[in-house]
Amino acid sequence: MTSVVHKPIKHDSASKHVAGTARYIDDLPEPEGLLHAALHLSERTHAKILSIDVSAALALPGVIAAITVDDVPGDPDIAPVVRGEPMLAKGVVEFHGQPVVAIAAIDLPTARRAARLVKVTYEDLPAILSIAEAVEKQNFLLPPLGLKRGDATAAIAKAPHRLKRELNIGGQDHFYLEGQASLAEPREDGDVIVRCSTQHPSEVQKLVARVLATPMHAVTVECRRMGGGFGGKETQAAQFACIAAVLARKTARPVKLRLDRDEDMIITGKRHDFLSRYEVGFDADGRILGYELTLAGRGGWAADLTGAVVDRAVFHADSSYWLPDVTITGLCCKTNTVSNTAFRGFGGPQGMATTEYVIDEIARYLGRDPLEIRLANLYGKDQNNVTPYFQTITDNILPELFDELLASSDYKRRRQEIDTYNAQSPYLKKGLALTPVKFGISFTTTFLNQAGALVLVYEDGSVQLNHGGTEMGQGVYIKVAQVVAETFGISLEHIRITATRTDKVPNTSATAASAGADLNGKAAQNAALEIRGRLAVVAGAMLNAAPDQVVFADDHATAGGKSVTFAEVAHKAWLERVSLAASGFYATPDIHFDRASGRGRPFYYFAYGVAATEVLVDCFTGEYRFTRADLLHDCGSSLNPAIDLGQVEGGYIQGLGWLTMEELWWDDKGRLRTHAPSTYKIPTARDLPEDFRVQLVSGRPNPANTVFRSKAVGEPPLMLGISGWLALKDAVAAAAGTRHVHLDAPATPERVLLAIEAAKRAAAALAELAAK
Amino acid sequence: MSEPVRFVSRGQVVTVAPDVPHTMTVLEYLRTHLRRTGSKEGCAEGDCGACTVVVADAGPDGKLRHRAVNACILFIHQLDGKALFTVDDLADGEHLHPVQQAMVETHASQCGFCTPGFVMSLFGYFKTHEKADDSSLKDALAGNLCRCTGYRPILEAGEKMYGGGSEDRFSPQEAALLKQLSALKRERMLDHSTSAGSFIAPRTSAELAETLSSLPQGENWMLAGGTDVGLWVTKQHRLPRSIVYLGRVAELQQITDHGDRIEFGAGVTYTDAYQSIEKLHPAFARMVRRLGSTQIRNSGTIGGNIANGSPIGDSMPALMALGATLKLQSKTGTREMPLEDFFLAYRKTALQPAEFVASVTVQKPGPTSRIGIYKLSKRFDQDISAVLAAFHVTLDGETVTNARLAFGGMAGTPARAKQAEALLTGRRFTPDEIEPAVLALADDFTPMSDMRASAAYRLLAAQNCLRKFCIEVSSGKTISAEAAE
Repeated sequence: MTSVVHKPIKHDSASKHVAGTARYIDDLPEPEGLLHAALHLSERTHAKILSIDVSAALALPGVIAAITVDDVPGDPDIAPVVRGEPMLAKGVVEFHGQPVVAIAAIDLPTARRAARLVKVTYEDLPAILSIAEAVEKQNFLLPPLGLKRGDATAAIAKAPHRLKRELNIGGQDHFYLEGQASLAEPREDGDVIVRCSTQHPSEVQKLVARVLATPMHAVTVECRRMGGGFGGKETQAAQFACIAAVLARKTARPVKLRLDRDEDMIITGKRHDFLSRYEVGFDADGRILGYELTLAGRGGWAADLTGAVVDRAVFHADSSYWLPDVTITGLCCKTNTVSNTAFRGFGGPQGMATTEYVIDEIARYLGRDPLEIRLANLYGKDQNNVTPYFQTITDNILPELFDELLASSDYKRRRQEIDTYNAQSPYLKKGLALTPVKFGISFTTTFLNQAGALVLVYEDGSVQLNHGGTEMGQGVYIKVAQVVAETFGISLEHIRITATRTDKVPNTSATAASAGADLNGKAAQNAALEIRGRLAVVAGAMLNAAPDQVVFADDHATAGGKSVTFAEVAHKAWLERVSLAASGFYATPDIHFDRASGRGRPFYYFAYGVAATEVLVDCFTGEYRFTRADLLHDCGSSLNPAIDLGQVEGGYIQGLGWLTMEELWWDDKGRLRTHAPSTYKIPTARDLPEDFRVQLVSGRPNPANTVFRSKAVGEPPLMLGISGWLALKDAVAAAAGTRHVHLDAPATPERVLLAIEAAKRAAAALAELAAK
Repeated sequence: MSEPVRFVSRGQVVTVAPDVPHTMTVLEYLRTHLRRTGSKEGCAEGDCGACTVVVADAGPDGKLRHRAVNACILFIHQLDGKALFTVDDLADGEHLHPVQQAMVETHASQCGFCTPGFVMSLFGYFKTHEKADDSSLKDALAGNLCRCTGYRPILEAGEKMYGGGSEDRFSPQEAALLKQLSALKRERMLDHSTSAGSFIAPRTSAELAETLSSLPQGENWMLAGGTDVGLWVTKQHRLPRSIVYLGRVAELQQITDHGDRIEFGAGVTYTDAYQSIEKLHPAFARMVRRLGSTQIRNSGTIGGNIANGSPIGDSMPALMALGATLKLQSKTGTREMPLEDFFLAYRKTALQPAEFVASVTVQKPGPTSRIGIYKLSKRFDQDISAVLAAFHVTLDGETVTNARLAFGGMAGTPARAKQAEALLTGRRFTPDEIEPAVLALADDFTPMSDMRASAAYRLLAAQNCLRKFCIEVSSGKTISAEAAE
């Protein structure tokens, strides 16, 4: 019996969101003497800095300070993992738009005008702009990760059928609606408090301490909420927090740095675009016998999190399929473009999309429905269930999910109807695809799988809750609050959710890898359990019962038919001098991975899903519309089905956007030209599939011992969007009248039309050859 | 120097401080001067809708007219004499407005940053619709981006907000508000100066002509809806000497049906022009529904779209295909010219100093006219076109007697395809016979490659649009992924 968890409870800030009273960084009351910061960005793609002249900027009335990297009091390197990422460009600029100078002025328009008056002279250096060129020149940020089982080369050579091709998958801008923003306030003793829109307050704290040359104890970072994150505020927020902090130190005044949208999109990293090269050998039934895959991800100019992103791409290149003989290599390519970063799925989507594409290619080669090839290769439950990194999958529910969705989406009948429609419709063609998701839950960097919480019960029975999870809209605050309410047996209104702060819970991991509720929920539960244990003793004494007979529910402690209110127990505990505060801690058990051998159990469990998407394409223009989508997604025993449904729907649409309309476009000088919503198009309300049917898997609690047997949900549903892209490929094949089609992502109307044309031309050329 | 700018908010007249500069946007004013931070800045270019507010004034029928607009590219001086509603104003203490309550109940907010904009777009819809329907609701939300929810619950909220009817706590106060607004009507034109520059809002064409001819040397802007000019401030950080606002010039707001033709005053917004555009041709109206967003169409004007000379404005090819003419006016008089002669080169027009676009006149197509307008973009709603193709052929039986093929996105200006037109004229309008004209588009245009499309796509898609148009005309059926079942 639960009363608070597993319930569709509204987001804790919902009423504030709609009233406009939920505060974001730029909404906070401005401290007296606040200065506003702006950045001067590199106008070259790769160049030596010869000189920097800030005199004209400083001469503008209202400008208080201008800093370069040389003004950083401490270590200016703010790289999260591998060194080499200065807070402002140091001697050289490595991409067009890299921040070079920061200005502080009395108001924002003045700061921004001043930033444009900075004069920098450069000496150009050769630039590498494409993944292919980086691969060719072996221009890598980090050594590759390789997974290997058996002898893929030999298996491919022996296979009855082979395909060897390559695929381009584009990147994606996060387009969180709230741009990067930080407000740094100097305090006494050289302390600084930074309010920052970040998924990783502890890392911001560490890096601000580093640039200021102070211990971490002098820096406090707070984040009440973000206006969206999606991975884009995991490492990317730190640079602006550090700049604000350095300016605050220099001017001894509070400084706010809030980026303009265009600057945000130019300066901050995005989802890695990938070049995938594969060779696959398979039998007449489409069973994969051997698979060699190289996944080359664009890291950009600096490492940031690229190593871990490419790792996760490699870990997810099996998608949901048994690969007997397999070699997968991940490359971290260095180019003179923005340094790419975490983005919902963290490389997983690119690895998974590649292999889903390969399955589709096998099906078309054999003239079969891709669904059959998926089922032929799907991981088994008791056999064919070991991943290329030698983790045995013990919680596979994909066979059941396929069955359920095939029935609920009426796949087979619609497949036939679509084929009939296409045969009769010369100018409009339909496509349909059904794809699975299997996503590994845990940070693949094992030590990050830890979390802390601080639970404070006051003597009136009210509770303050704090933990390392940050709120970016995904609902981790309400979920963890539900866990604590459930543990205390009290209703949610007794719990005050508080902003994530580094002075409440130290050394936290980023809210990332979908693990926010898993990790922080457990940590908070542990803290609450500890306090509840103490309260049970107190309540037992009040109720003349043994502590283990006391039940906490409905705002009461009950035993032997008698009860007292939770508040009465808390008050009594205080009088009895029993501590009402506890910190909780959690570290995910049983996970490990050895990079050198490519073996281990990097994931605590897997989250699953299946989606079928249907599309209608205009063969004259390549325009299309998604007519129907059926989603079935696994959240274990969902902590909050309303919140989780929002994650599933939103994730799917974001994945669909990534693979269809969202196109990042750089010109031949390496300048990003899609740096605002006028040129970079994310889905709107009209892009929702017209008939949209979304279900959470029911009755399947997580076999792993997670908090209330729930599953992580942040990232996995994004990959349900792969079905939309492959539905487009299906329609392209129908339009071209040939099985052999190629469709890179994002599949914009342009790519769709040109793919149809290219396939038609290739088919005609083949026919001509055959005629000869 | 005239009296200060005044507008109505929360039932009170707000007087804008005299030192507020002429380039101050409504959003900046709200957030910095009034410290009402509910309205958010998401892009500062009118594309994301997080800053959406609703502006109300007396419509032509004397009733209160509510319009959702982007506060980030609306200047505070444009609010003079109007009423402003922001997200901060809707709830009555703890009691949420039906729009807000519906959003909460449908779990329509996640991170919450776009939410105030959605609330206000829905509020604008609530105040202008008796009930919700899916298609117009999507039109109303096309200018609001949400990155979290996938929109399904927001659309659900749009239906649910009518649960208690279509009245709200503001409904009983409309008469009082109209009275308040009427008291703010100006006796003289608004002319407000600070050390930074001036904002002038003439009330008649004569005042406008006089104002333009007497402006001091320096950077002077004409401002219509501000959907482009706003960005000169928010993105380019330019500081003009003066802004001359056309939104109060009475003659420019007129739509006149002359029987065989319709004349649109240059200051008419797309929203106000919509019904007349629908009378011209449904294909034109369908395209206009995708031009910008509700917020942009509520601000943006036909004349502004023309006068700024952009090569990618969507209405120009359509107007050119329909044979539109322009009336230009200055202190020395008026002159007329075909629209296509107005565009000289990239962002260069025939407009003389101190001259303004007064109106655009469009012939109503006759019974032998066939019209097709195709807007191609990466995203269906609120996206600048890669190609805009507008076709107008006049048929005698199957034979083309006159052809006007106009394109946006294919050259440095909106332009007609003269060679293709010549190859159509006198021929039968059938898929086989038009093929030489289709291929001639490659001679008419050498499009460029940019972030919106490659040259190859632009040309092929333009050609395919003509092919499609011909099949549509001969079959009488529309071919569209949007329109199909």
